[in-house]
Amino acid sequence: MGLMQYGALALGKKIRKKEASVLEAVTEALDAIQEKENVIHSFVTLSDTYALKRAKEVQKQIDDGTLVSPLAGVPVAVKDNLCTRGIRTTCGSKMLEHFVPAYTAEAVSRLENAGAIVIGKTNMDEFAMGSTTETSYFGATRNPWNQEHVPGGSSGGSCAAVAAQECPCALGSDTGGSIRQPAAFCGVTGIKPTYGTVSRYGLVAYGSSLDQIGPIARDVSDCAAVLEAIAAWDQKDATSIARRDMDVTAALVDDVRGMKIGIPKAYFGGGLNREVKEAVLAAAETLKEKGAITEEFEFDLAEYALPAYYVIACAEASSNLARFDGVRYGYRASGYEGLHAMYKKSRSEGFGPEVKRRIMLGAFVLSAGYYDAYYLKALRVKTLIKREFDQAFERYDAILAPAAPTTAPRVGSSLSDPMQMYLGDLYTVSANLAGLPAISVPCGRDQNGLPIGLQLIGDCFQEKKIIRTAYAYEQSRKEWDA
Amino acid sequence: MSGQYETVIGLEVHVELATETKIFCGCSTAFGGTPNAHTCPVCTGMPGALPTLNRKAVEHAIAVGLATNCEITKDCKFDRKHYFYPDNPQNYQISQLYLPICRNGSVAIETEGGGKKQIGIHEIHMEEDAGKLVHDEVENCSIIDFNRSGVPLIEIVSEPDMRSAEEVIAYLEKLRLMIQYLGASDCKLQEGSMRVDVNLSVRRAGSAAYGTRTEMKNLNSFKAITRAIAQEAGRQTKRLASGMCVVQETRRWDDANERSYAMRSKEDAQDYRYFPDPDLAPVHISDAWIEEIRARQPEFRTEKIARYQRVYKLPLYDAEVLTETKEMADFFEAVAAVSGKPKKASNWLMGETMRLLKENGMEAGEIRFCAQHLAKLIALVDDGTISGPVAKEVFAKMFDTDIDPERYVEENGLKTVHDQDALRDALMQALNDNPKSVEDYRNGKEKALGFLVGQTMKAMQGKANPKMALALLKEILSE
Repeated sequence: MGLMQYGALALGKKIRKKEASVLEAVTEALDAIQEKENVIHSFVTLSDTYALKRAKEVQKQIDDGTLVSPLAGVPVAVKDNLCTRGIRTTCGSKMLEHFVPAYTAEAVSRLENAGAIVIGKTNMDEFAMGSTTETSYFGATRNPWNQEHVPGGSSGGSCAAVAAQECPCALGSDTGGSIRQPAAFCGVTGIKPTYGTVSRYGLVAYGSSLDQIGPIARDVSDCAAVLEAIAAWDQKDATSIARRDMDVTAALVDDVRGMKIGIPKAYFGGGLNREVKEAVLAAAETLKEKGAITEEFEFDLAEYALPAYYVIACAEASSNLARFDGVRYGYRASGYEGLHAMYKKSRSEGFGPEVKRRIMLGAFVLSAGYYDAYYLKALRVKTLIKREFDQAFERYDAILAPAAPTTAPRVGSSLSDPMQMYLGDLYTVSANLAGLPAISVPCGRDQNGLPIGLQLIGDCFQEKKIIRTAYAYEQSRKEWDA
Repeated sequence: MSGQYETVIGLEVHVELATETKIFCGCSTAFGGTPNAHTCPVCTGMPGALPTLNRKAVEHAIAVGLATNCEITKDCKFDRKHYFYPDNPQNYQISQLYLPICRNGSVAIETEGGGKKQIGIHEIHMEEDAGKLVHDEVENCSIIDFNRSGVPLIEIVSEPDMRSAEEVIAYLEKLRLMIQYLGASDCKLQEGSMRVDVNLSVRRAGSAAYGTRTEMKNLNSFKAITRAIAQEAGRQTKRLASGMCVVQETRRWDDANERSYAMRSKEDAQDYRYFPDPDLAPVHISDAWIEEIRARQPEFRTEKIARYQRVYKLPLYDAEVLTETKEMADFFEAVAAVSGKPKKASNWLMGETMRLLKENGMEAGEIRFCAQHLAKLIALVDDGTISGPVAKEVFAKMFDTDIDPERYVEENGLKTVHDQDALRDALMQALNDNPKSVEDYRNGKEKALGFLVGQTMKAMQGKANPKMALALLKEILSE
């Protein structure tokens, strides 16, 4: 069995037991990428030279006993919106095609300090705007389960890389579902932590009040291990929170007896694919059989989450992306007359259509005369949604829902109808608006063999509850990928 | 014509806060330096960089707010102000619109008639400074220095309560001194650590409604401000008097040619698309924090003047002159403490010190000699070790290189000669050399004595004790 067929923790264990060397692990990851990239295209940039150098350093630290982390020597793929010193960071955009950061994102540094080896930067929707990884300037990533289908997005490259066994784990970012939805489409596990749990320093911002970095891996245990490594208070991020309860691997317990799980009716209505609905409800049934108490409840504001999300995310994006102007770094158009033309031409040529759409939408909702009607109203909806979640979590330990209304759509079928694409975020955006932790775990496949994801949403700071629920479910899951 | 019109002025004053590091990152705020030496991913707007608030900047802003009788906003927030310009690396400036840190304050100024007038403070908000754009004519390109990018600023927005250039200068001087006393900024207009924009309108005297205002920029000295106000008030009055209207616009002052020209009108006004910065949490300012800052507030000028008169028994004039800058006041207090002779300390500082400072184009903060040395000099004169003229000479030396006056007097043999014989010889010489003066004295001209003593002092290179010389001279002449 090749090393890339092992999960992150299993591979880490083999390395610690000297059954495999770090160099072998890195080499096999690079070989697997070499073999599959033509078809899958998970990566924008490979950091092979760097990874081989790091492999030697980490091996030495393992050998002399200075590095005992469970992830030591494990290859990891990093979404291309996380800055990596000396390794170009494109955000899937022509704008940053040649941008090489001078510093490394805090989450990546923490993972590297735990001995993980960055093997490359994964493809994504341009500036994380999209749900299919098709808006990338560097071409679409394909779903490893069926190459005619998209891997989801925006962390499509990271999820596809893990699903295609190019590496055992990856980092993604989730602003409105960008970890959970592609994880569901690719049949892997992903966690969006509570807002503030993982430092955003070095994450190229999309929607600052919604963005969170999280792990993507083959199972719940691996995700928990990666999350434990990256979660920490960081003084460089004013929105980061000091937590003492991030020993989340302690929650890997196969016991859900007495746990109360709420099922929001609004998430199982029209628009939800029948096969997805059946698989997710079957997962609820499995949890019930294991002793959990499941109960349907009304979630009245569900329908307002999506418009509020797009107003807030786009408003913040229009501001965050203002810095890409061709002045200090990034794409600068050639042939312009004066400053204004330089801005206009560089940004017109450097950004793709989806990014431009969201910048314009965001600039509109922030403009004088519309600010109250759109942006402030969206903030009020956000507050109300958080309140409704608070009420729900007075009764439930976790909320169970689909990660996406459908399985992975065909390549090319989504971009022509952006509204339809936006509707695909229906079940994921609420967790971002309310800052809640949520996990996506595979729970079945449709008749075409495409994976289906189960989403568990927890109350703020209750990662352990959803990790435990997901882990317990995973232990009793039928052979979903058979 | 102008008698029928009244000028109405409000000011926007930007002040760079004297923090060691920038407002949202750890880079140095030092003025000058190699271009882009004091920069990092945060203050150059690199992707993924995040701001974190410098608490010291908040403390300075609160201190200025308290000194100007403002209400402190307990939960203030930062907002993003969007505009594209290359010196603004994020293409938004982090500022405060919705919840500025201080509001509703006032500053009392003395008016020409000797009365007092309150100038209202609308608000004080915090923001980050921009970088500096340099146009290279030779290479025909623009280059940017981000050293200043992220330096903390406060903008003090007054109400339109001023009616003349005199009031404006009185307000600015009061504000500047207060901020300098607080140590919140050095407030140098030339270096740009204090920048003043003048909002000015005119209206018919007695009218309750305000006229259309213009905003004047690029005012780099109090003199320029005074000139610009006179010119702009005249320009607007002339327009109104001849039936034309004033256009709401931003104007740039050209001090060399004493005229201003329009930069942009209200129609060109940008939509800054302000919204709360999601990267920064609201700043909670507790009562305890405010009280802590209040307890640290220094003694301001008015209080100092009163204390100098009360404790040091100085005349009002001395107290006023010494407190014109905080540096001079601090230095005076140090000399007064060491010497125990406040009036003499005051005389030296207001006399020789200020004269030499002015001559050398220096400021009080640049005084090189230490308080201990000036105290020693005072003691040397007091106990008759050296004469007044010698003291001046020693002082000049001390002003240049901070020598120890005691040792200098010793080494250069400047001690007053108390030897009666030497003095008598010198006096006899003076009498012989100036028979006319002797005759004048005998004819009742007392003044002639002074001349003779002076000649004697000169002959003895100032080392004579003038009192002793005078007594001896009278003795000789009466013989």
